Amino acid sequence: MEINKDLVAASSTPIVLAILAEGDSYGYAILQRVRELSGGDLEWTDGMLYPVLHRLSRLGLVESRWEVAESGRRRKYYRITPDGRAHLREQQRQWQAVDATLRGIWHTLADVPPIGRPALSATIPQGV
Amino acid sequence: MKPDHSADLEAQIAEWRSFLLRRQAIHSVDVAELEDHLREQIDVLAEAGLAPDEAFLVAVKRMGALDALSAEFAREHSERLWKQLVAAGAGATEDGPGARKEGFVAVALAVLAALLIKLPPLFGLDFTSDGAFYARNLSFFVLPVLTGYFAWKRGMLGSTALRWLGVAFVGAAVFANVYPFEPGGSTEALTALHLPIALWVAVIGAAYVGGRWRESAGRMDFIRFSGELFIYYVLIALGGGVLMVFSALIFQAIGVDIEPLFESWVLPCGAAGAVIIASWLVEAKKSVIENMGPVLTRLFTPLFAIMLLAFLGTMLWTGAGINIEREVLIAFDLLLVLVLALVLYSISARDPQSGPSAFDVVQVVLIASALAADAVALQAIGARISEFGFTPNRVAALGMNLILLVNLAWSAVLYVRFLGARSTFSAIERWQTGYVPVYALWAALVVIAFPPLFGFA
Repeated sequence: MEINKDLVAASSTPIVLAILAEGDSYGYAILQRVRELSGGDLEWTDGMLYPVLHRLSRLGLVESRWEVAESGRRRKYYRITPDGRAHLREQQRQWQAVDATLRGIWHTLADVPPIGRPALSATIPQGV
Repeated sequence: MKPDHSADLEAQIAEWRSFLLRRQAIHSVDVAELEDHLREQIDVLAEAGLAPDEAFLVAVKRMGALDALSAEFAREHSERLWKQLVAAGAGATEDGPGARKEGFVAVALAVLAALLIKLPPLFGLDFTSDGAFYARNLSFFVLPVLTGYFAWKRGMLGSTALRWLGVAFVGAAVFANVYPFEPGGSTEALTALHLPIALWVAVIGAAYVGGRWRESAGRMDFIRFSGELFIYYVLIALGGGVLMVFSALIFQAIGVDIEPLFESWVLPCGAAGAVIIASWLVEAKKSVIENMGPVLTRLFTPLFAIMLLAFLGTMLWTGAGINIEREVLIAFDLLLVLVLALVLYSISARDPQSGPSAFDVVQVVLIASALAADAVALQAIGARISEFGFTPNRVAALGMNLILLVNLAWSAVLYVRFLGARSTFSAIERWQTGYVPVYALWAALVVIAFPPLFGFA
């Protein structure tokens, strides 16, 4: 499924922050996790992840360090900062509000075919 | 993976890396990060059964189009599109310790030059009462330090060449100080003016090119360096002026007069140290930023050509002759220096391989009109030279005028031959670089021969 570019761009920050909230990671592994989570629906161009990481780093939401990976190569690891966690919580609230609004309206529109996987529609969060 | 495959792959990755590095917005540290990604992707794909070159192609494709990637990096790091010249800034990752060390050396030498210029007051010589001493010896506080900097940078320390440069300084210091100049005389002023020129071209030039003095390319590099240094020095001086004005104003507000401190410390020390700092900056940024000299040349060559044509046209139209006054020869000398600088710096930035362009025609017009204006002035002066008499100033100005005239006249001939495709551009370049020692010789002649010739008047 092709997802709109603006949507990809807007969702990249919470997705990356959420993945880093699970634990420190690096570019390639973050992309693998995105594929895994979206079931392959979200296809990012690999290189585009890095400017996003650099932006988050500049904003102080993540911090980076170089380490030598088991392969012997130097690898840049990213870690979420307390600011990043706060930002992630805020993003989560906003996305849930958007999600709840859309779900409400999807229900009333009978002719719009359901989008997304059924598993996701299980919980409808409370309004903000 | 078989070794021959991996060698192929390494070559492909190296090529990909160099493509990325060419992008201004992507720094080498980012390339390292992207390369780690690419390699991991290739490993995974190879494990899945792809041949290394296939895996490479797929991994590169997944990385995204280079233009889009570069644009994305540029959006995040827009400051990178402005080449930064902060000391050991942009290139810090590549040449980190080297560049930093050079910065330290440059700053230390600048401090040394600043201290040297305050050395004579320890022996009771100060700026106000011994101005003539300072005027004659100004070069010796700064230029040896600058020579030392280049000797260090070019690895000439302890070489015979450097010893000869030292001998040149000692010789120059002797000529500047043993002659019994009449106080306030013109030969002393001429020495003060010409000694720095001779030392700059001969000694700093030799130290700068570090053994490439006989090569045209080495001399051209020195010409480029001198022009850029001049521009940097002017910029630093402007900044220094602003600093001094502001601090004077602020200290005035609390009733403290810091002008004496400025006159005896900040100004001389700053002026001396700035020469070293500016030289270091020119060296550090020459490959990073486009040189300013040629840019200014492009702007001003047509404007000066128009101004000179207007001058000649007005003279013809009104039939006005040139008023022969004391300064007129100097004014025309300066005009020729300026035209020569415009010619030199457009040559310095030109690709010798490319053919004649419209700009070359403008250049010829500029030279020809400058020569015509100078010829009018020389004729007017020549007619009355016996009436004025041969004072040291007049002879020096006349000699300089002739030297510049010869240079520009032959440049014009070479340019016309080049435009007519009867000669190559490098002939003009060789003529200019070959002429450089003439300036040093003339300046040395004025310093050495003029005072005794004119009775130290």
